[in-house]
Amino acid sequence: MDSALIPEGAKRCSFPKFTIGIAIVGAVVLWGVYAMFLCWFKGLNQTNMNDYYGFALWIWADLAVIAVGGGAFFTGLLRYIFNVDELKNIINFAVIIGFICYSSALLILAIDIGQPLRGWFIFWHANVHSMLTEVAFCLSCYFAVLTIEFIPNILENRQANKVPFFHHLAHNMHGVMAVFAATGAFLSFFHQGSLGGVAGVMFGRPFAVREGLLIWPWTFFLFTWSAAAFGPSFTLLVTRITEAVTGKKLVKDNVIHLLAKISGWMITTYIIAKIIDTIYWTYVTIPSLGFKISHFYTNNSFYGYWILITEIIVCGLVPGLLLINKSTRENPNTRLLAIVLGVIGVCLNRWVMVLQIMAVPVMSFDTWALYIPSWQEMATSILPIAYGVILISLAYRYLPVFPQELELNQPKADQ
Amino acid sequence: MIHDKKAHKFGMVIDLDKCTGCGSCMVSCMSENNVPFKEDESRKKDSITWMRVYKLTNGKSFPDTEVVYMPRPCQHCGGKGDHGHSPCVSVCPATATEYGHDTGIVSQIYTRCFGCRYCMGACPYHARYFNWWDPEWPEGMENYLSPNVSPRMRGVVEKCSFCYHRYQAAKDKAYYEERETIEENEYQTACATACPAGAITFGDLNNPSHKVHQIVKPDPHPDPMNKDVVGKSRNPKIFRLLERLGTNPKVYYLSEREWVRKAGDNYLDGEWDKVKNHHGSSSHE
Repeated sequence: MDSALIPEGAKRCSFPKFTIGIAIVGAVVLWGVYAMFLCWFKGLNQTNMNDYYGFALWIWADLAVIAVGGGAFFTGLLRYIFNVDELKNIINFAVIIGFICYSSALLILAIDIGQPLRGWFIFWHANVHSMLTEVAFCLSCYFAVLTIEFIPNILENRQANKVPFFHHLAHNMHGVMAVFAATGAFLSFFHQGSLGGVAGVMFGRPFAVREGLLIWPWTFFLFTWSAAAFGPSFTLLVTRITEAVTGKKLVKDNVIHLLAKISGWMITTYIIAKIIDTIYWTYVTIPSLGFKISHFYTNNSFYGYWILITEIIVCGLVPGLLLINKSTRENPNTRLLAIVLGVIGVCLNRWVMVLQIMAVPVMSFDTWALYIPSWQEMATSILPIAYGVILISLAYRYLPVFPQELELNQPKADQ
Repeated sequence: MIHDKKAHKFGMVIDLDKCTGCGSCMVSCMSENNVPFKEDESRKKDSITWMRVYKLTNGKSFPDTEVVYMPRPCQHCGGKGDHGHSPCVSVCPATATEYGHDTGIVSQIYTRCFGCRYCMGACPYHARYFNWWDPEWPEGMENYLSPNVSPRMRGVVEKCSFCYHRYQAAKDKAYYEERETIEENEYQTACATACPAGAITFGDLNNPSHKVHQIVKPDPHPDPMNKDVVGKSRNPKIFRLLERLGTNPKVYYLSEREWVRKAGDNYLDGEWDKVKNHHGSSSHE
C-alpha cells in the first residue's frame, strides 16, 4: 500500500501490521495527550507536586531526555568537525533521537509551567543572571539546529527525492552540515551546562550548590560532560532496540565498537571528575555550611547511600570500564549491559539533581519530603517515549536512516 | 523618621520568647493580602501561608520539654554579600521577582510570573508558594477582600511582600501632605500590628532611630568568619535562619534560650560551642 514511499530495496513489514503497531503506541500517546490537556485546562493541581516539590518528575524527565539526547550533538561534533568518518553510518539516527529528545523536552516544559500562555516571557523579560534563561535560549536554538539537521534525511525519502529542488536542497544541506554541527555543539555545551548550573547555583540548597569557575558551578561542566558521555550510549541502546524489533542488522560492528569506545572513555573520565567533585563537596563545601554527608542520605525511607553508590559505581564506573576494555566492548552482551547501566546512571544523576535536592531538609527543624507522582504526571512523562517510538518507526520505514542497511541485509545468494 | 533619599532596608526582629504561637500573624497576613485557601486545608504542603508558624521543641522529654513557636515570613534575603542577588531573585528566568535596592524588599510580579517554580526550589525557607488552584472564596467573602492587594491567579508563585502596599500608601499620604519622609509607625506590616504579644518589631534596619535597628544592631560589614554574611546582629541573643548559607535575610530572631538560637542554623559536632558567642564585629560599633 505504501511501498512507493519505502526506500528502494529495503524490506519492511506489511502496512496493516505497521498500522496496528502504530495504533497500539498511538493509544499510549492519546493517554498522555489527555493528561496533558487536563494539566493545561485544570492546572497543575492535577499533579502531586507541592510547595516542597516545585520541581518534580517532569523536570527530571526533561533533564534526562536532554542528557540522553546528547548523543546527537556529540556524534555530530565527531562526525563533521573531527571527521570521524565511520560515524556517518549512525549520525542520521543520532540526529533523529536528538530531535525526539529535544522536542519532548520542550513539550514537557510547556506542560510544566503554571501559565503556559506566558511561556514566551522567558525570552521577552529574560533575566541574564538565571541559568534557566540560558537553558531556554540554547534549547530552543539547538532544537532549530536539530530540525535543520533532520530535514535532509526527510528529503531523501524516495518520493520527495524525486523532486529536483528537494534533491538538491538535501544534497547542499549535507554539504554545509559541518556549520550546523559546530553550532549545535556550541549551543549544546551551554544548554547542557546551564541545566547543570540550574542546580549548582542554588546556594540556599547545600545538597545542590557547588563552587565553580567564574559564573559556572562545577555541575555546569559535569552535565555537559555526562551528556557527551552517556548520550552516545543511548544512541547505541536505541539502535540495538531497533535492530531487535526489526530483526535486522542496521549498523556495522566497527561503527558500534567505535562509538562504544568513545562513550566508554568519556564515561570513565566523567566519572573520575564526578568522584573528585563528590569528594570536594563532602569534605569542603558542605562542612563549611554546617552539614555532614550523612544528613543527605539518612533519616528517610528512600534516599540512602545506595543511590550514590549506584549512580557513581554501578552505573558509572562499571559501564565506563566495560566499554573501554576491548573484549567486553566487543562482546554484545557485556556491551549491552554497559550501555543499559550507563543510561540508567545518567538518568539517576538527573533524578538526584532534581528530586533529592527538593527532598532534603535544609532548616534544622524541617523534615524530609517524599513524593509520588500522579498518574497525569506519569502519563505525560511516558508520552515522549511513545511519541519517540512512533517517530522512529515512521523514520525507519520511510527514510534511508541507516546507510548500511541494504549492504548488511542482502539476500544470502547475492552475498 | 525615614529619610527617603537614603536606601532603606526594611526588616523585622521576632522575639521568640514572646511569641505564644497564637497564629494572629498568620490570620492577619492572609486577610490583609487576600491569600486564598482551599476547602480542605489538611494537606499543608500545598497550602499558601505567607506567614507560617513552626513549632520547635528542644527534643527533651517531660519535664524538661521546651517549645518555641517560630513565625516565618519571607526572609527578604539580600543574597551573598547583601548585593541583592537573593537565592530566588537571581534564578527567576523572567525577572518576575526583583530585589528593591531602595527598600531591601523582594517583590513578586504576579502578572509576569509564568510559573516555572525555580524560585521555590531555590528558597531554603519554603517561603514561596504556588497557586495550584484558582483562588476562590466562599460566597460573599469577596466583599471582604482588601482592595489594595491584587488576588493572584492560578499558576503563579506568591509570597510575603512585607505588606508593600502599606509602604506605598504611607508614601502617598506623605506626598499628599507635602512631607518627604514617613514615620516609623506609618509603615508597619499586618503581622507586626496584629501580634498581641508585641513579638514582631518592624522597621528600617538602616535607620538608627528605628526600634528594629536598635534591637538588632546590624553590623554593616562582612562577617570576618564568612565574607558572604553581612548585617549580622551584634546582639548575642539574635540570629537569622540559615545565616551560614550567605542568604542574608532581613528577618532576625531573638531568644534568650541557647537551644533556640542553635536551631536557627546547622552545625557540625562541637561547632556550636565555638561560634555561639561570635556575633557582628564589635570593632565597628
